[in-house]
Amino acid sequence: MTWFVYAALLPLAALAAGPLAALAAGPLAALAAGPLAALAAGPLAAPAAGTKELRFSITGDPKSFDPLHLEESNSQSIGDITSGVLVKINRLTDKIEPELAESWEIKDSGRTIVFHLRAGLKFSDGSPLTANDVVRTLNRALDAKEASPIGDTFRSAEGIPEVHATGPRDITIRYKLPKAGIDRIFDQLGITPASAAKLPASAGPFFVSEYRQGDYIRLSRNPYYWKRDSAGHPLPYLDSIRVDIQQNHDIELARFLRGESQVINRLEPESFDRVVKEKPAAARNLGASLDPQFLWFNQAPAKNMPEWKRKWFTSATFRHAVSGAIHRDDLARIVYRGHAHPAAGPISTANKFWFNTSLKPRVADPAGALKSLESDGFTLRGGMLRDRDGHAVEFSIVTNAGNRPRERMAQLIQDDLLKIGIRVNVVPLDFGSLVERITKTLDYDAAILGFSNVAADPIEEMSFWLSSSPQHPWWPSEKSPATTWEARIDELELKQTSESSREVRKKEMDEMQRIVAEQEPVIYLVNPDYLCAIAPSVKGAEPSVAPPQIFWNVEWLRLE
Amino acid sequence: MKWLRRAAAFALIAVAALGLLAPVVAPYSYDEQFRDAPDAPPRRRFLMGTDEIGRDRFSRLIYATRISVLLAPAAALASVIVALAVSGLVKYGVSGLTTICLSLPWIFLFIILRAELPLNTDPVMSVALTFGLMGVAGWAWPARVFSASIAEIKQSGWLTQARAAGVPGPRIALVYAWPHLRSVALAQFRVLVPAYILSEASLGLLGLGVPDPLPSWGNLLRDLQHPDIVRGNPWVLAPLGLLMLVMLCLELTQSSREVAL
Repeated sequence: MTWFVYAALLPLAALAAGPLAALAAGPLAALAAGPLAALAAGPLAAPAAGTKELRFSITGDPKSFDPLHLEESNSQSIGDITSGVLVKINRLTDKIEPELAESWEIKDSGRTIVFHLRAGLKFSDGSPLTANDVVRTLNRALDAKEASPIGDTFRSAEGIPEVHATGPRDITIRYKLPKAGIDRIFDQLGITPASAAKLPASAGPFFVSEYRQGDYIRLSRNPYYWKRDSAGHPLPYLDSIRVDIQQNHDIELARFLRGESQVINRLEPESFDRVVKEKPAAARNLGASLDPQFLWFNQAPAKNMPEWKRKWFTSATFRHAVSGAIHRDDLARIVYRGHAHPAAGPISTANKFWFNTSLKPRVADPAGALKSLESDGFTLRGGMLRDRDGHAVEFSIVTNAGNRPRERMAQLIQDDLLKIGIRVNVVPLDFGSLVERITKTLDYDAAILGFSNVAADPIEEMSFWLSSSPQHPWWPSEKSPATTWEARIDELELKQTSESSREVRKKEMDEMQRIVAEQEPVIYLVNPDYLCAIAPSVKGAEPSVAPPQIFWNVEWLRLE
Repeated sequence: MKWLRRAAAFALIAVAALGLLAPVVAPYSYDEQFRDAPDAPPRRRFLMGTDEIGRDRFSRLIYATRISVLLAPAAALASVIVALAVSGLVKYGVSGLTTICLSLPWIFLFIILRAELPLNTDPVMSVALTFGLMGVAGWAWPARVFSASIAEIKQSGWLTQARAAGVPGPRIALVYAWPHLRSVALAQFRVLVPAYILSEASLGLLGLGVPDPLPSWGNLLRDLQHPDIVRGNPWVLAPLGLLMLVMLCLELTQSSREVAL
């Protein structure tokens, strides 16, 4: 083997922890990456006798255990289990329930909220939890120097709220204008103690008691957690949770099937089918998730895009035709093995309160799509669609390399569009290059991406829809809305921030969804199903499609 | 072991012929999607079954053979030509140049190349560029071997005699020196061919290299990342088997050649 092969392979060998590395290290090694690797991963050591320890895996080391810095999914997974919050949204009923705050009042037409803490609250290290801890936590989140990702949730267009401890157990938070969901946003704020430690104390049901980098994290039961069951038994029921750091999903699955772990919080369709086959009682499919997969066209005036091409992309007729030619049923059936639902719009059908029930997923109609294009001046000649100036309709779709479902969807869409004479180049790019193109250089035609929604409230997606936002997909950081419908979306989104009535907000969101369906600046494809595995020995699990899915009621989980 | 060498050479020719005749031999086009039969097991309609989006694995393997087996020798030839040119024409610093070239992180250069290519680049052009870059980038190792051989030739008595007799430089190179270098060049070519086949396979596994829907051994091997697919249909391993066969045959023909020399 010459230098070139070594040059190509050696950097990959450095990634030896990942399955791709094993594959990239040559075809023979590729064989070992799958079932053999799973077999090679030895059984996990059993927990100490008598302890009730739940086990599951995350894909990498959390970057932080600080509830204000849960910036990636692994940190978030730990934060979901350890954070003590003032109120909690019941993921099944969507109602707000008291947690550290035993009650609260909303005043001044939604501008002010006053929380009253429970008596005798303590962190897991035994130190008391007072109103000052809540004030300090919130002020930290709002401090620009802290750069906490959760801080934006608590800011408003008029700036940051005033936060005061009005008593040892009372906190008042005052905004200048009504704040949307002023009570619900506190579901996300984990209260932190004054003392900073490497493994911080927690006010939630568990705290981080042990961390071995690259190996596992042990979350132990918080002995001072306030909650008790109806019989007066202190919660949580579990003694501890061992979170293994395991990048290889095949090993994670093999361990689950061997009974060495009890939960997989998110399963790929292939793995889910295997669980169905081998441990049917453990497989749970909760139907469509909150996460959409979507395609959009670049409508920004980019220097490398000819004006005639931009004209196609800014035409609603063109976008509708492309959308109408796509067989969403095939995307769900083939790419997701039937574990996905055709999407009807920006909000998933699983989001019961916010979804506009008048919307339906588009049914593929290539003939109708072609007809509407022809009525707009396009002609199909020799199997190639051409615009009224004779330009062949051809564009590229970028997506992130390595995301197999998206690559597969792009290939199916490529084939669907070829049937109406549109040629598509599918270009998977590494994620850095992709982000550079869609947010900075704007040197692309169309893109397929998806969301992982962290909350059901669509206000979380505001930066996606506001035309001035750098995350606005089809034209980032627009100086002013290019069309009246975009201006209306901006208006509806901005109203969300200062409207305290959920019912009024729901009407506004219904209108926003209707506009998106009429204009299709973003073509929604599918909502993959939420799939997970819970061993029958785990009792008390009531998984929800809303994050943190299985763990939203972690204090009630028990092992038998 | 002559029969073994012959058998290996025959197998290589058969594989190359299979690739060349892909449009005739393959029952379907490499990109035809049978959406009624995704992930279908092997049966009469699909000899090796279908992939996740219903494309016939057998047809894709044949077309992949054409790309991988035919373009790798082209890239190897380019490397040998560049290496010979550099070693023969550059008088000083060849060793330093090769060292620099060998120390470059080529995998990242490939990622940058892919990212910087115009998005509407035709897949065939993209493949040509990938193999072209492989060919041009792979000159350094053979150049070292050629430099050593050329240095040896320069010290030979016949060269001194030829120069003393006033034979022009190009004639010395083509008529007298080339026969000495030919066997070295051929050996380097034989070494580079399997190396490039493997390199393309490695790049394919990273999502670089040959873009879908064009098939190559590399991007077909990406299915091995999913053990469930392998478990469901062992024919997914066919590109790996073919790759190993070609490598073995190249090795056998090369070894026999070396013994003969």
